[in-house]
Amino acid sequence: MSMANNTLTPIGPGSEIDGYRLGEKMHTGGMAVIYRLTGPKGPLPLIMKLPRLGHGEPAANVICFEVERMVLGALSGPHVPRLIAFGDVETRPYLLMEYVEGPSLNDWVQRAPIPAQDVVRLGAALADAVHDLHRNDVVHLDVKPENVLYRAAGTAVLIDYGLAHHNNYPDLLAEEFRFPVGNWPYMSPEQIMGVRCDPRSDIFALGVVLYELATGRLPFGMPTSLSGLRQRLYRDPVPPRAIAPDTPAWLQEIILHCLETDAGQRYASAAQVAFDLVHHDQVVLTERGTRLRRAGWKTVFRRWLRAAGYEPAPCPPPSSQINAAPIVLVAIATRNDNDAILEALRDAVRRLIAADNQCRIACVTVMPPEPTLGAARIEDSATRQHIRNLVELRHWARPLKLPEERVTYHVLESGNPATALIEYAKVNNVDQILIGAPPRRAATRLLGGTVAAQVVAGGPCSVTVVRPPVNDRRISPDDIVST
Amino acid sequence: MKLALFADIHSNLEALTACLAHAQTQGANRHAFLGDLVGYGADPVAVLDLIASYRAQGAIVVLGNHDAAALGRAMDPLNANAQAAIDWTQAQMREPQRSFLESLPLTVREDDILFVHASAVAPEQWDYITSPVQAEQSLRAGKANYIFCGHVHEQVLYYTGASGRPMPFYPVSGTPIPVGHHRQWLAIVGSAGQPRDGNNEACYALADLTRARITFFRVAYDYLTAASKIRAAGLPERIALRLEHGE
Repeated sequence: MSMANNTLTPIGPGSEIDGYRLGEKMHTGGMAVIYRLTGPKGPLPLIMKLPRLGHGEPAANVICFEVERMVLGALSGPHVPRLIAFGDVETRPYLLMEYVEGPSLNDWVQRAPIPAQDVVRLGAALADAVHDLHRNDVVHLDVKPENVLYRAAGTAVLIDYGLAHHNNYPDLLAEEFRFPVGNWPYMSPEQIMGVRCDPRSDIFALGVVLYELATGRLPFGMPTSLSGLRQRLYRDPVPPRAIAPDTPAWLQEIILHCLETDAGQRYASAAQVAFDLVHHDQVVLTERGTRLRRAGWKTVFRRWLRAAGYEPAPCPPPSSQINAAPIVLVAIATRNDNDAILEALRDAVRRLIAADNQCRIACVTVMPPEPTLGAARIEDSATRQHIRNLVELRHWARPLKLPEERVTYHVLESGNPATALIEYAKVNNVDQILIGAPPRRAATRLLGGTVAAQVVAGGPCSVTVVRPPVNDRRISPDDIVST
Repeated sequence: MKLALFADIHSNLEALTACLAHAQTQGANRHAFLGDLVGYGADPVAVLDLIASYRAQGAIVVLGNHDAAALGRAMDPLNANAQAAIDWTQAQMREPQRSFLESLPLTVREDDILFVHASAVAPEQWDYITSPVQAEQSLRAGKANYIFCGHVHEQVLYYTGASGRPMPFYPVSGTPIPVGHHRQWLAIVGSAGQPRDGNNEACYALADLTRARITFFRVAYDYLTAASKIRAAGLPERIALRLEHGE
């Protein structure tokens, strides 16, 4: 049976395909049509996506269908719609998947500019979703507001994987098109040059989305020609604060950091974008964050000359690239850790930063929450304690001589330090936790686990328990066991 | 049906048995041996007897250039090490092994699949497929949806896009790749007995013909024993080192 047969059998509401009954048509796109499903009834609301095939339809439609089937089939988790079933590409291609109701990010773009706190909330959730894809060796390559939906809990879901690249599968779209594929306003410079495997292309598109939310405009407009599309290789966008003066400098810093022409100058991972959005009080402002004008014509001309010979670097697998840009949490018990442990933690961090020039260090401590009745003395008030803890964290980190933009400080308030650390690590996509070893006393072991033990047991990533070298340790009576 | 594909075994019994055992855990229920069963390694008799027993149960086996050389039918002179191994192999083989090799065809065709050692353009010429152009020529000459072959020792899957030009994909071990009938595919399954890509693990592939998927595998095996047998047989040291370093 040939694929052209699809056009001969009319499909519409009420049609049945492989036992699934189509309901209303929800969406007609350039490449596919989407129907809701009316039956059979199941636990999940479902949709069916049918590629537009047949006479007059581009051959790319079927390739995008195959790509989406391959990529979606390899993914799972809250950030992707669940693929339930698919039809054979030769006889009846379709994708049956979970219906994510939305809202769509497009709803906010229509109202943009929106307040910075909404940009943070929507943008950080989107960055989390993008990071999750990258961790699974997928580059989406079509991040745009219409392709971002939010679940009720605020989790972002990325849809439409027709242009995606999965490192473990043949790239059916490579060299298929004479023109760059993707949505031109959101397309990264390297994508324009035909590179389809760089996760930082998604970070560029994320920057375009953030720019759009903050200003209500597209940073590179809606180019209609190839030369117009190529302008972003040498022309920087109007700084968001020049359009929407209410945009905080930190937000402009984050947006323009995502929109760097050279992928190597952008954020190394989407997790780092999410981290900066959430902890924006710690974003280090550079000229990027404060500029109010675009680069002058001399600079643009110089860049134009360079762009003429622009050759994007070959890219490694997405997951190996983002693994080289980890977020490392150092848990510091400002009250309990002794000097030997604090120094051992610093040594461990020194080794990490020597091995990897992209990693970020988040120094975290946990203090008890303020008692409901307030503290008796002003020195004990939560604010004072918070500040004192911050000072101690900075004091701890000073000898590391880390550049400002690679280290952040966080004081969490919780009665349960282990839970607070684990939760923090989950929310911030932390890749590794360093924590000081508990004293080697039988009593603490008997008491059902120290903070370190609980973090090891419940942490979402690798946990390194750091113990100072033995000969540095004073011998305590507990270490002497009588025989 | 799950078809296990082995090529360039080169008398390496340790590698072959490790791959066969791995394929069994993956549910392989049919086998194809894509040539160069002998040469280089120290176990030609055991390897040929083992493969002959599989063919007796319906396995597909085709001839490779080293196999032809072992029968005294070399097209081009082999390099000195390879020739030394072939001379040694000829002395090891007896009538059953020789007649088994004599019986092997250059190609086997089943449905829309062509099994061949090297390029399908002229199988007896043993041309290497090292570029998309050569893959395209082989696919055109082979007139098959799927070509399973060896000769080149690295695993590559050539696939055709809408432009019609094959493109190389370097597979990740253990990831099933959908290989639909509507495209043409040329799979070089990699060398089981003499990997050369810097990784000394044996190569093979498993084609799931029912679900139209192919999975490439790398299998760790006892290369130290295989190498020490080569040394004990007095074969060139370079051949033993190759197994240890995978290059």
